[in-house]
Amino acid sequence: MDFNDTPAEARFREEAVTWLSHNVPTDDAFWALTPLEQAKLWQKRKYDDGWACLGWATEFGGRGASPIEEVIWRQEEARYELPTNFFLIGQGMIGPTLMAWATADDKARYLPPLASGEEVWCQLFSEPAGGSDLAALRTRAEPDGDDWIINGQKIWTSGAHYADYGVIVVRTDPTLPKHKGLSYFYIDMRAPGVEIKPIKQLTGDADFNEVYFTDVRVSDRQRLGEVGQGWQVALTTLMNERAAIGGGIGKMDVDLAIAIAQDVELDGQPAIDNAAVRTRIADWYVQEAGLKYTGYRSLTALSRGALPGPENSIGKLVGAPKMQAMASFLMDLLGASGAITDEALAVKAGIIQRAYMGAPGMRIAGGTDEIMANIIAERVLGLPQEPRLDKGIPFTDVPTG
Amino acid sequence: MNFEFSEEQHLLRDQARALLAEFCPTDTVRAVLDSDNEWDQSLWERVADMGWTATVIPEAYGGLGLSHYELAILAEEMGRSVAPLPFSSSVYLASEAILAFGSEGQKSEWLPKLASGECVGTVAMWERPGALALEQLATRRLGDTVSGVKSPVPDAGVADVVVVLAHSDAGLEACLVPMDQAGVQQQCVMTLDGSRGHSTLTLDNAQAEVLGHNTIEPSAWERLIDGAAVMFAWEQLGVAESALTQARDYALQRFAFGRAIGSYQAIKHKLAAMYVKNTLARSNAYYGVWALAENSADLPLAAATARVAGIQAAAFAAEENIQTHGGMGFTWEFDCHFYYRRAKLLSLVIGSEAVWQDRLVSGLTHQPTVAM
Repeated sequence: MDFNDTPAEARFREEAVTWLSHNVPTDDAFWALTPLEQAKLWQKRKYDDGWACLGWATEFGGRGASPIEEVIWRQEEARYELPTNFFLIGQGMIGPTLMAWATADDKARYLPPLASGEEVWCQLFSEPAGGSDLAALRTRAEPDGDDWIINGQKIWTSGAHYADYGVIVVRTDPTLPKHKGLSYFYIDMRAPGVEIKPIKQLTGDADFNEVYFTDVRVSDRQRLGEVGQGWQVALTTLMNERAAIGGGIGKMDVDLAIAIAQDVELDGQPAIDNAAVRTRIADWYVQEAGLKYTGYRSLTALSRGALPGPENSIGKLVGAPKMQAMASFLMDLLGASGAITDEALAVKAGIIQRAYMGAPGMRIAGGTDEIMANIIAERVLGLPQEPRLDKGIPFTDVPTG
Repeated sequence: MNFEFSEEQHLLRDQARALLAEFCPTDTVRAVLDSDNEWDQSLWERVADMGWTATVIPEAYGGLGLSHYELAILAEEMGRSVAPLPFSSSVYLASEAILAFGSEGQKSEWLPKLASGECVGTVAMWERPGALALEQLATRRLGDTVSGVKSPVPDAGVADVVVVLAHSDAGLEACLVPMDQAGVQQQCVMTLDGSRGHSTLTLDNAQAEVLGHNTIEPSAWERLIDGAAVMFAWEQLGVAESALTQARDYALQRFAFGRAIGSYQAIKHKLAAMYVKNTLARSNAYYGVWALAENSADLPLAAATARVAGIQAAAFAAEENIQTHGGMGFTWEFDCHFYYRRAKLLSLVIGSEAVWQDRLVSGLTHQPTVAM
């Protein structure tokens, strides 16, 4: 075993490092832009030199890089704190869906500006009636000549307020069983009848939206997959979700816990010397290191051109509750000061408190802890699904709360 | 990035798993547990014939001169099969101690016999309840004899030689004590895992040779224990994997309220939690064996992390496997208790969870460790 790049990987890394060192913006003008403007500028610069969406075919704006090369690129790009999150859903989840299901004309039209960041996409899946049970969605699309008319409501839509386009799953036949009556479209987020309302989260931020559809007209040419095949198309999007979500666990790591525990006192001693504190930190390190080395195992598979095993499915299920527990414990160590979120006064400028407030969202977004555990139990361990009361019956007859 | 075993090493795993499936089914464990035997001697001879006891011993001393990667693979299979063998005592501890601290003559005398399996070795550390404090050992070496009481000593009833940790006026020493002598009195003690033998050793002016004819630094002993901790972590992972497999199989076959219990989220989430802990333990064990095989400065932290993860995974899987089985899991007839016993035994043998959590944080903060 070793942690070294292969010679080819090392050459690729060198190329990436060199390009980054010459192209990462350092000027004050860049940092004066809004985060979205920064992200678009940086994405376009990457795109122009062939460093955007590396795994995509060159005709769509990528460079046909291997998965391990994409990882190497992300490692090197992550050394600079640049805004890239705006494009995660579009490039990570929707791009692959368009590649699999869109017409050649649509691929040529939409993929390059998605890669360059000139057009931003969002994903309109969740609804008030369908979160974990996504296929229970009720937004309707009814045919009208060569068009469809969409009515209903989506929720938890990240970035809808700055997205140019969106992909949407709608019910086209409520008389069919739940999964069979769905179809999948892409839409213009500025089409008449689309109304976007931000959702203020418990953090006070508003990253998500409610999106209302009132008689929104969509051409049948904007359909991906057959009528009634929406669930399969949605699965293509969701399969890529884990790659796109879960990046934000950030700086809440054991190094921070140790720094805090060395800094504050318990019973007149540095907290780091307290056995209870050491026990907790050790357990988090087991999780943190375990995830890191699990990642190395997956990278090894990628480096050999193989698919990683199912072991990566534990990442969010371990990482999000760990973030919450650790943030809570570190605030406890700080005592009453732990409550301070004022950046000027708070320890570490308030990142612990922000992590604590953000953690509940991490435990829910992209599959709740409970859904993630179900996925491991069913897809990895081969356990049966829970019996479903809505199975095989027309959607209109499914009991609702 | 090459964080994976080689093809040859995977073949070794397949071979070891097949051999233990054939010659160490759970009936073999049960037979030792149900009898006064301390081991399955014919299985030991088979394992020795395969060269497993010789794995990391250099060729100059009759070993195979392979790496700890190979030994880690065998350790996992030992745990998976809950093998009733003194493998850990003889291979991870006694052979390694003689290799690390022995004189040329001592290595030449003992390592070939340990490699071939004709001799079994063990290490006698513990003297009284509580964490082991290397500076407070009561066992004393005077001249060429050693005296004291060591308990529990794993596998002493089947061992030919014991490495006894003792103090002399000069400091900490590891003494080679042949079992077959008047100065050594061995008395079996019952432990919670009767598929492995344990003894109290009473040493009364027992003939002893100091390993390397010199004292050893406590830190050097801890380096040895770090290496053993990595191997125990792999063995604990094997136990955890078997317990998860047994729980999964039972959850698929046992029906309640008209459906397989494995379809209830209460059971699914329990088994998913086992899978999570096992995956963390496996990945940490990978890093542990890398640090050991490559002699990395990271070994103390890597070993402690692997050890804590292994303890936690094995204990959780063994406990929750019984719970998944309900009443049948609490019977002697079902095999669930084998994993429960072995998981706990392995968690105690070279210092328990709290000790290793403390060592882990010392590794993170680069503080020196003393306790074990």
